[in-house]
Amino acid sequence: MRPFTAALDLRRYVGRWSLRTASHAGRLWFMLMDLVRGIVEWRIWLPRTLDQTMAVGYGSAFIVLLVAGFAGAVTSLQAGYQFTGQLPLYVAGGLISESMILELGPVLTGLILAGRIGARYAAELGSMRVTEQIDALESLGRSPVTHLLLPRILAGVIAIPVLVMMANAFGILVGYVTATSSLGLSYADFSFGSRYFFRPLDLYYSVIKSYAFALAVTIIPCYIGFNTQQGAEGVGRSTTQAVVAASVTVLLLDTILTKLILGTVK
Amino acid sequence: MSIELKKVSKRFVDNVVLDGVDFFVAERETVALLGPSGTGKSVLLKHIIGLIKPDSGEVWVDGQQVPLLGRKELARLRSRIGYVFQNGALFDSMDVFENIRLGITDEDQYADKEYCAQRVKECLRLVNLSEDVARKFPSELSGGMRKRVGISRAIAGKPTYLLYDEPTSGLDPVNADVIDSLVERLQQEIGVTSVVVTHDVRGAFKVADRIALLAQAKIRALGTAEQIIASKDPVVQQFLERDLEMAMVQAGRVVFETPARRRSGEFSVGGSG
Repeated sequence: MRPFTAALDLRRYVGRWSLRTASHAGRLWFMLMDLVRGIVEWRIWLPRTLDQTMAVGYGSAFIVLLVAGFAGAVTSLQAGYQFTGQLPLYVAGGLISESMILELGPVLTGLILAGRIGARYAAELGSMRVTEQIDALESLGRSPVTHLLLPRILAGVIAIPVLVMMANAFGILVGYVTATSSLGLSYADFSFGSRYFFRPLDLYYSVIKSYAFALAVTIIPCYIGFNTQQGAEGVGRSTTQAVVAASVTVLLLDTILTKLILGTVK
Repeated sequence: MSIELKKVSKRFVDNVVLDGVDFFVAERETVALLGPSGTGKSVLLKHIIGLIKPDSGEVWVDGQQVPLLGRKELARLRSRIGYVFQNGALFDSMDVFENIRLGITDEDQYADKEYCAQRVKECLRLVNLSEDVARKFPSELSGGMRKRVGISRAIAGKPTYLLYDEPTSGLDPVNADVIDSLVERLQQEIGVTSVVVTHDVRGAFKVADRIALLAQAKIRALGTAEQIIASKDPVVQQFLERDLEMAMVQAGRVVFETPARRRSGEFSVGGSG
């Protein structure tokens, strides 16, 4: 390819990418504004939110606890491998608790739900878009924001922090059981280590992250699903995009919030 | 109580779908919008209900300019318009009862369970469906039944306007006739202003007071059935002839050439059955 043509193609590519990004940013902004405006119509979204919360919460509890349990057990075994003969064993108690609360509980739950809820929301809304169900709702003078989007997002915001706290507790419990059975750590040592390294900020940090992840894994898939185009192929594409975008956002938010909250603590 | 489009243009990327279209439907009138597939008939219909905004031109419904309406005004206007979607667009997570109930646009009536049960029953009766259908899900219905439930949902809110998007497409001739009769009967019983988008010429002639033909992004003809038949426009004539030919095939007056007939020597050019 001649340099001139290559340069032209690059400019065209950058131009198209910029236009697409600006268009997405604009549409996402309008959707967020509609969500805020829709909050007053609580009679419509409240019953639907309760249904969605049950579906999201109950449906995800098993997989979230399963992954948290394995994470707690593996952290416990690795702590034993690294600390035995090097550090007092009560440190393992602190490590397991802090790892679960600060990182593993929120991030693993966020990533699992980015896949589970993200795919579900994007596929549901995408199918509704391509089969004109969303147009039908609008044609009846009803707002898709209050009927479809707000209940899904609020359900995530209610259920996900609860799931994260359950994951934290279950991961620590399994970590403790593993430590006592394989490392010979006593309850007193585990409890001492956990309390010694714990600061209330750790729990606030975990809760703040869980809310941020809840917004990411609900708003992004809802936006992508809601704007699906081009039939069944489009639904598939939206679902994949939603899961990838929500997962990457969880990791980005994890880094940003860690820097903002823990990076400034002396 | 009329619908009017003035010099409406719409393009999607490089594809000009509507190019300065003028269209008028008087109060209590039924206008059929004919045209080949993919010419923008549904796009025109979606302009009327504000699902698509024009690039230029004006869309007036009930004395209001649709593209300029705010969210609440648009929702209020839409509650007076019933829209029958091409594939029904029924909410597949809800049963037929809930689908039709959602069509009741008055919030007080929607909250009144007794009224809803009565109205859903009435709407099912209007489209010749039994009450048992109310507890079924859309996936359990045939294509014709889904269309009729779509019509039920559209009339549940007692609209002033009814917009039908290809109400007979994908149906066998018998079911298509049933739907056409239904459109005609609803017009007589509830007296609404209607636009029927279709590519079925016979059906259009049956239900409409006036007929418009949309082709090449413009309204090529607009008038009564007699005026349309008398039109000298070659595009109009070509469109009508195709459908007339099919009507003659159905009546057994034209035999098409098929490989089997060719092999048996039965087929002769211009032959009749």
